[in-house]
Amino acid sequence: MAGVGTKSGVKYDARGLVEPDAEIPHVSEVDGKSARFDAGNLTTRQINLELRDLIYVQGMEDVTVVNPGSKNSLGVGILKRVNLTFEGSPGWFACGLIDGPQVRIKGRVGWALAENMMSGTVVVDANAGSLTCAAIRGGDVLVNGDVGARTGIDQKGGTIMVMGDVGINTGFMMQRGRQIIAGNAGDGLGDSMYDGTLYVGGTVASLGVDCVEGEWTDADTEFIERKYRIYDLGTPPTFQKFVCGKVLHNYDSLEPSERKLVL
Amino acid sequence: MCGIAGVIHRDGPADIGTEITRMLQSMKHRGPDSTGYALYGPADDNIVIRFVLAEPNEAGGFGMDERLEQNRSEVERRLGQLGAEVDQITSDTGYAFRASVKYRGELQPLADYLEDIPGCEILSLGNSLEIVKDLGDAETVDKQYSLGSFWGTHGIGHVRMATESDVDLASAHPYWAYPFSDVAVVHNGQLTNYHQWRRRLERSGHRFQSECDSEIIAVYLAERLQSGVNLEAAMKESLDDLDGVFTYVCVTANELGFAKDEMAAKPLVLFESDTLVAVATEEVAIRHLTNSENITRDPYEREVKVWQV
Repeated sequence: MAGVGTKSGVKYDARGLVEPDAEIPHVSEVDGKSARFDAGNLTTRQINLELRDLIYVQGMEDVTVVNPGSKNSLGVGILKRVNLTFEGSPGWFACGLIDGPQVRIKGRVGWALAENMMSGTVVVDANAGSLTCAAIRGGDVLVNGDVGARTGIDQKGGTIMVMGDVGINTGFMMQRGRQIIAGNAGDGLGDSMYDGTLYVGGTVASLGVDCVEGEWTDADTEFIERKYRIYDLGTPPTFQKFVCGKVLHNYDSLEPSERKLVL
Repeated sequence: MCGIAGVIHRDGPADIGTEITRMLQSMKHRGPDSTGYALYGPADDNIVIRFVLAEPNEAGGFGMDERLEQNRSEVERRLGQLGAEVDQITSDTGYAFRASVKYRGELQPLADYLEDIPGCEILSLGNSLEIVKDLGDAETVDKQYSLGSFWGTHGIGHVRMATESDVDLASAHPYWAYPFSDVAVVHNGQLTNYHQWRRRLERSGHRFQSECDSEIIAVYLAERLQSGVNLEAAMKESLDDLDGVFTYVCVTANELGFAKDEMAAKPLVLFESDTLVAVATEEVAIRHLTNSENITRDPYEREVKVWQV
């Protein structure tokens, strides 16, 4: 499909989608199994095509993206164990749907980081936007700064660590997994959660519906100390633990066939 | 899904027309239907009136050129009739006009009298505010209205994806707080008590140029400002008075501020330095403004901040 040119040189199709006919730019400097490229003048689609070529076709083990320029949807859908570094800040939807990569973001990141992540690690040096780790199923995500609202909404597994503060409705409807929040939490923490555990080191503005304080165990201490040790985060502060009160949703233990009989 | 942006320079004027174009163009994916600017130049003794006499898709129709010229002359006649001394009326498009006038009277009668002309809609009115909006992306509108030459201290912009109303100028942002001088708003979100506030404000004598909920915010704030409340306090009050999910940016002759609703459901990123403050729906816009890596953050729920020039 022919694109429509603009002053900036970027082409759009009839629906306004950028670069419908983009090709792999092949701009990386390669050194053995490591590659590095400057994304400053590349579009989102070109950057992701370059990444996929480096990771899947050329089999690179370490890939560095310089100047991501806060572009959206970078590093998405990577399903391989590879070290991926962004020297700068990606925008929204960074590293969504990943399964396996070890990602380091030397900057901040926009909304919906690591959405639906399956496994791997993502470490962010600065702040992250709202909806960080929405619906993640596994892996570790560490944000060294603050994050916005609804962190780990619909979380189904994995561990989210935030060294700063989090906004409203953190852990909203979370189902599994853990969050370690070293700073303060906004209103509605753990609102309507089904399961999982929230650890908060600072203050909690208010708890959400059916989120209650949990009983601290040695396993909690071991878990937090291990995560702090792995990510070299120093000595952990004192945390409070929050879990689901299990009065909001239907928590009977019946099998579906048994429930049919009861109903 | 729309995109909003705002910039305020605290160390003097800059080429904010170009700056906001760069920000808005980088968010074209959030709204390619129309683009709007509220730009603040140095305050002048003259009043600048930005107005349109037809929608862009009407211009060029049969007999339209003649009608536009007649109506333009009628604007000039009515301005003179109300005691306004017209320095200049120019047009970049044939349907959108910029008038610079000397006028000391009440603004509402002036605005009402001009809008009584068929097809006339005042986009903005003030000593330093100029609202420009048209169909298409930021680069298109910038080129059409030569915004690259606009020099000022602060401004806001909006890219619109039409979802619930037409692709036309009446539905495009920013909104001027009719008939208050130099107040404008861009907004991303939905107000669920729009009709309630519209009826309340109409009972107080206000009228609205559009069916858009964002216009409510502009008029609501301007009314508070006129009653002596400062902008920050007015914006904080709005968090309790307005229902829905919203993030908005309001500008006056010497201030720029943002407010985020209690759900923090609509995005905004903030960059703040000693000389420059920028806000935008996505960080890519701030990156396009500063052309460098920035330390930015997402404001939290119920957060309101205001900066002065």
